[in-house]
This record gives sequence, structure tokens and C-alpha cells, in this order.
Amino acid sequence: MSVHFDVVRLRVNGDERAAGVPSHYTLLETLRYGLGLTGSKQGCDKGDCGACTVLLDGEPVLSCITPVHEAEGREVTTVEGLGRPDTPHPLQSAFDRFGAGQCGFCTPGILCSSAALLARDPDPGLDQVRDALSGNLCRCTGYTKIYDAVLHAARVQRGGGES
Amino acid sequence: MLRLPPYRYHRPERLDEALELLEAHGAMARIIAGGTDLIPNMKHGLFTPDHLVSLRGLGELKGIEAKPKGGLRLGAGVTLAEVAASEAVLGAAPALARAARNVAGPQLRNAGTLGGNLCLDTRCTYYNQSEFWREALGYCLKKDGDRCHVTRTGRVCVAAHSADTPPVLMALGATLELASPRGRRTMAIRDFFMPDGVWNQKREPDEVVTAIEVPPVEDGLRRRTAHGKLRVRKSIDFPLLSMGLAAWFDDAGTVVGLEGVVTGLGSRPRHLTRFGELALGERWSPDLMEALAARAHAQCTPLENHIVDPDWRKAMVPVIMRRTLEQLGPVEGAA
Repeated sequence: MSVHFDVVRLRVNGDERAAGVPSHYTLLETLRYGLGLTGSKQGCDKGDCGACTVLLDGEPVLSCITPVHEAEGREVTTVEGLGRPDTPHPLQSAFDRFGAGQCGFCTPGILCSSAALLARDPDPGLDQVRDALSGNLCRCTGYTKIYDAVLHAARVQRGGGES
Repeated sequence: MLRLPPYRYHRPERLDEALELLEAHGAMARIIAGGTDLIPNMKHGLFTPDHLVSLRGLGELKGIEAKPKGGLRLGAGVTLAEVAASEAVLGAAPALARAARNVAGPQLRNAGTLGGNLCLDTRCTYYNQSEFWREALGYCLKKDGDRCHVTRTGRVCVAAHSADTPPVLMALGATLELASPRGRRTMAIRDFFMPDGVWNQKREPDEVVTAIEVPPVEDGLRRRTAHGKLRVRKSIDFPLLSMGLAAWFDDAGTVVGLEGVVTGLGSRPRHLTRFGELALGERWSPDLMEALAARAHAQCTPLENHIVDPDWRKAMVPVIMRRTLEQLGPVEGAA
């Protein structure tokens, strides 16, 4: 079948955005190549690694296996929407402080999964953090610093510690 | 980078619109619900439909309803995350929630649906690979080739049924409802699957699974359910072995019924035979569990349709069965 183009309208990080993309594009391809939001990463590109994790209506999903049309009418949040350089999300500050990112490729997806966890459960235990991040692969850190950072960010969000 | 082949996307808002689209586009259309199985397969070139008909907009496929005496009615479009967290499911058939919870990782459970889990394509080492990989081997019986690389004769596809909720639903005696342009029908889930890895479902390609019903418990009985799973990496891998159990006890704690269903081996989930009989009239005991684990071990024969060693998978059958049986007990009863 020949490639057909659509104008796709998405609500991304609070903004109404429109992009002309091939109708068979994934949400990830649209974010990266249609809207210039390259924070979400293209890793395995087939739903295994979690690097492309974004939030749809607040829930983490894999944008590399989400047809872009499936995201229409829903609230898309990418790592760019979690915080700004001058006002980072507590998770972003904690990842910086704890050295929770090394090569950084998995970090945007892990931040999105973690943000969804903290929105749902402001006081998670280690088991809840491990569970929430079980769909995000990291080949550098061994996860320990990531778990420490998420638990710290949860404390900060509850008003219990310095960022 | 894995590109999807070009397709047009349709999101109908009512089931009859979806059925009209499926009828209009025939073999060129495929149904998409969560897409967690279909999209990776399309990226591997296993399917190249011209049209995708999405079920996401169909309100009538949503919702979980608790029915009297432990019955359940679940819309096929509920996500696995919703099944896993549902109070109604946790109350009536906790192993169904557990099976849904045991599928993949959080992101996939947020997208994948219960209906999609029932319709999951079979999986095999020689099938779930890129076009480049499959071409190098001369393809296989399930897709583009003419022989199966798993079995010696190579004439039958033995790609493995790899979904976790069907074993539990079959053990419970659940039914599913199908809708197509030709009408609606209801079927026991134990009759839904066929032993052919190429297409292992009695569903026609244009039929939509709309709902799943779990039957109530008979008066005077208690029902317990269990789900066990073997896999390499907990949050990514499909099952090497997945099993669902349902047991019914009377007031005294005596077993009056036991169903065991295993999958991850051949092309359909399979009821263990001469299994429940071992337990009938017995009280729940370590000796009984050991006998049941041995019977399961004798009946399960893993094939080389997974990359993981069949001998090890066979040795793990009684281990996983014991752990799953432990979820059913201890069972108290009036002495």
C-alpha cells in the first residue's frame, strides 16, 4: 500500500500540537521526527526495552508500539513535560544528585515511569519502585542509584528532604 | 530502527461500525486493541495489513462487572492493568488478576487488553524474528515458508500459545462472546483454541471478542484459583510455561473439583488429563500436591519452539506446579 499522510493533532505536555506525518507512524516517530521532541528514545523499537516510555493520560506506555492515532484525544506527557531546565522535576534533581543516569539513554523512560508511580503513590517502598521500573532496561547503573533517587524524590515531594 | 509497513487507521465508535469496516476491507484489514502483540509483529513483517480497525473507541467493550456468587463479566477491551487491579476480579477469581499481573511489564499491561491476550498470536524462535533473520533460514511453515524447523517431519506448525489469562479462564470454565458481520456467538474458552500454530483460534479473522464471562460458584462450595508462570526475565519475556488452576471445596475442606490447564508448550493451552481425579474426595495435603505435580510432569513435553532448553523446561514443570498448588491451600474445613 502507498504511504498516506495525515495531519495528526495531539495534546503534548499541555500544548495542542499538529504534525503532518505518514498515517502508519508510531507515537514515538511522531514525537521525534514530527514534533522535534527527541527526549523519548528509540531503543529496541519493538516494545522490549522501555526507552520510549511516555505517559498517556498519566499512565506509562511504550510509544514505539503505539500507533500515533491511538494517542489522539489523550494527554501525552514526555520527559520534556516533566520539568524545565530552571524548574526540574524532583525526580530530575534526584537523578542528578544521586548519579542515577550514566549513558542516559534509558533515563527519559525511567523518569516517565517513575513520575507515574509518584503521582499514584507518594510514598512507595523499594518493592513498588522496582515493580514500577520493571519494564525499563538499564544496562549501565545496576539500578541501585536509580531506586535511591526515586525514593529520595518521593521524600522531597512529600516535603521531607532537600532536593 | 524498525519501520511499520504503511497502513490506514480507523477508529470506529460503535461495534457495528467496526464490523462494517472489517467486512468492507476483508482480508486486508486487521483488528487492533492494545497493539502490544500486533505492532511488534508488523514491525517484523509478519503482517502487512492495509487497514487497522481499532477497538479503543468502543465503549461496549469496556467495564468489569461482579455477578452474584463469584461470577464475573469482563469487557474484552479492559486492559490487563485494569484486570490486575480490579476489586471484582480479586474477589471472585484472584488468579485471573494474578495472571494479568504476570503478563509483561507495567507499560505493556497499560496498553494490552484481556481480549487481545485471548487472541495473542502463537510464538516461536523461528517466527518472532526480523524479516532479515527469517529470510536467512528460508522462512518457516507459519510465515512464507513450507516447513517447520522445530519438529522432525516439519509438516505441522508447533508455535507456542503464549498467553497467561487463558489457562486460568479455561480452568474456571469461562466463556467468551464473539461478534462478526454475520452475527454473534458464545463459546467455551476451552473450545476456542486449535492445535495448529499457524492459526490456533476458532475465531474468524473478522470476528471481535467482545466479552468474557466467568461462571458463578455452586451453592455450598468454595472456589480457589491459582496462576503460575516460568519465564527468563520477569517483566519482558513470554511464558516458557504458564498454568491456571481452579479447585472447588465443600464445607469440610474436601476437594469436589479440580481443573488444571497448562500452556507455553504447544499451539494451544491444554487441560491436564486424569488430574482432578487424583484430588476428588481428598483433603488438601503435601502428598496430594506431590502426586499432582508428578502427573503434570508426565504430561508436559516442551519442544524446541523456545530458545530455552526443553529438558530444563520439563524439569521445571513439577517445580512450578508445586508453587502454583501452594496458592490453593491450606484449606480449612469443619472437622
